[in-house]
Amino acid sequence: MNKLRDANRAYGEKLAELGAELPELVVLDADLAACSKTAPFIGRFPGRHYNVGIQECNMVGVAAGMAACGKIPFVNSFGMFTAGRAYDQIRNAVVYPGLNVKIVGFYSGLSNGEDGPTHQCVEDLALMRAVPGMTVMCPCDANEAALMTEAAAKRQGPCFIRMGRGPVEAVTKFDGYSFEIGKGVVMRPGKDAAVIATGNMVATALKAAALLEAEGLDVRVIDMHTVKPIDRELVIAAARETGAIVTSEEHNILGGLGGAVAEVVGEEFPVPVLRHGMRDCFGKSGKHDDVLELFGLTESVLAGVVKKAVALKK
Amino acid sequence: MEELREKACRLRLQVLDMVCSKKGGHIGGDFSEMEILLQLYCREMNIDAARPDAPERDRFILSKGHSVEALYAVLADRGFFPAEELSCYLSFGGRLVGHPNNQVPGIEMNTGSLGHGLSLGVGMALAARLRGLGSRTYVLMGDGELAEGSVWEAAMAASHYGLDSLCATVDRNGLQISGSTEDVMRLEPLAERFRSFGWNAIEVPDGNDFAQLGAAYALARSTKGRPSVVIAHTVKGRGVSFMEGRAKWHHGVPAEAERLAAAGELEAAMRDGR
Ligand SMILES: [Mg+2]
Repeated sequence: MNKLRDANRAYGEKLAELGAELPELVVLDADLAACSKTAPFIGRFPGRHYNVGIQECNMVGVAAGMAACGKIPFVNSFGMFTAGRAYDQIRNAVVYPGLNVKIVGFYSGLSNGEDGPTHQCVEDLALMRAVPGMTVMCPCDANEAALMTEAAAKRQGPCFIRMGRGPVEAVTKFDGYSFEIGKGVVMRPGKDAAVIATGNMVATALKAAALLEAEGLDVRVIDMHTVKPIDRELVIAAARETGAIVTSEEHNILGGLGGAVAEVVGEEFPVPVLRHGMRDCFGKSGKHDDVLELFGLTESVLAGVVKKAVALKK
Repeated sequence: MEELREKACRLRLQVLDMVCSKKGGHIGGDFSEMEILLQLYCREMNIDAARPDAPERDRFILSKGHSVEALYAVLADRGFFPAEELSCYLSFGGRLVGHPNNQVPGIEMNTGSLGHGLSLGVGMALAARLRGLGSRTYVLMGDGELAEGSVWEAAMAASHYGLDSLCATVDRNGLQISGSTEDVMRLEPLAERFRSFGWNAIEVPDGNDFAQLGAAYALARSTKGRPSVVIAHTVKGRGVSFMEGRAKWHHGVPAEAERLAAAGELEAAMRDGR
């Protein structure tokens, strides 16, 4: 297995580094700095950190006001409470006026484990993707999280960054890897099918591809860290060159990465698109790995979905 | 120089024209807030239409974004855009749309989803403090919108951070779209509620009176260590007898006979200096 690294920690360390470079950068937490791992920033720039307590709607509004005065606010809470609870503030007070606020949602998907469905946001990508003009991203490992954080901070405009919880496998430390908002990464080549994944399902997809290689299938794996604007060219190339697409995400199959890819393929180069993810249901309380297993978010189930997609090829 | 009272009548006439010609708008709240806007824009705030982006300017947020017609009239009067553009209010493709947005010169923030403005103001006041600027931030809220929980989140935060550069105003006209605020969702004791949140609450018995408003804003300015709220007891539909105090004029559009009657009353008041 690949080395494990905490992506949230990488995010927090990068914020502290960026704090020195970008004097306008400010950080807001809603009582959950222990989860967003912003301690390194707080340590170096205590006067530019605000723990507003448990009031996410106000936090986003405050960030919007600060951004309107030239600040670069990063607002942090669980995805459930940024994308979910503060949706109205994000839509009307941040994105509609085009303000430079970075919304970050932690413990997304099923990663909040035993806290159960109230805290397992399986629809944050869909919510944020539906906001006109919003940029929506989800890193697959710690390295990508750090690069994404820096790119977001240095690019004018609002965005949503979806973060998970705990250590994740390092998969992007290879020659030729580079990060650019809106540009997916081919993690391994392949001609028989393409798995387009986001977040921690990228590591799962790589394992599924290895399983399938043993069965003689040559499967491409794409890390689609930017769910919106999606890398249309890369999706179309995958459809054209492999003829079978599978999307994989720790998210509802409606409205997130699966929806985004299906929209592009349907419009541009129709081939089978099977969506691997949460099948329009709430999660369940349990250890993260057990819950992933329960809902089939594993390499073996994903490998089966890929075989089904290949069988559907004309 | 034109007396503010005269200006208030003249701008109410402009609002009446805007609402009647486009058959849309929120005239009741426009008329209740007119003196508040004029007091802020003509007497209180450090703003200059020639330098709309000056970092040290004071900020104004119309949290009750639906009453935007009065703000458009005031901004045109202050030179942010030509008064002729008021005739383009609600014109398809024009920029003077039904709620404030930051594409209009002089408008800082997009509002209209109620309960957002005070949070925005907290953020602006914090940003000014970080910059070491003396800017003041003014937020005008409707009374109906005070039922939104986010207002009280922001109220808590403003006093927690000791934001004495933040001054909220409540257009306390007692009415909201579906009736009296006290029948719909009771707000009283409103001043006590703000005080219990750590605010300096200033009651203005006649919120359509410039002298009373001026005194309240002076008191707010001199209050240190905590935010101030001016609870301005206004009259919805103020200036037109048949609109005053009636919830139906929240977003009613005068028929032609009503328009003529309203214009007649406002013109008479302007002549008589009332
Ligand atoms: Mg009212």
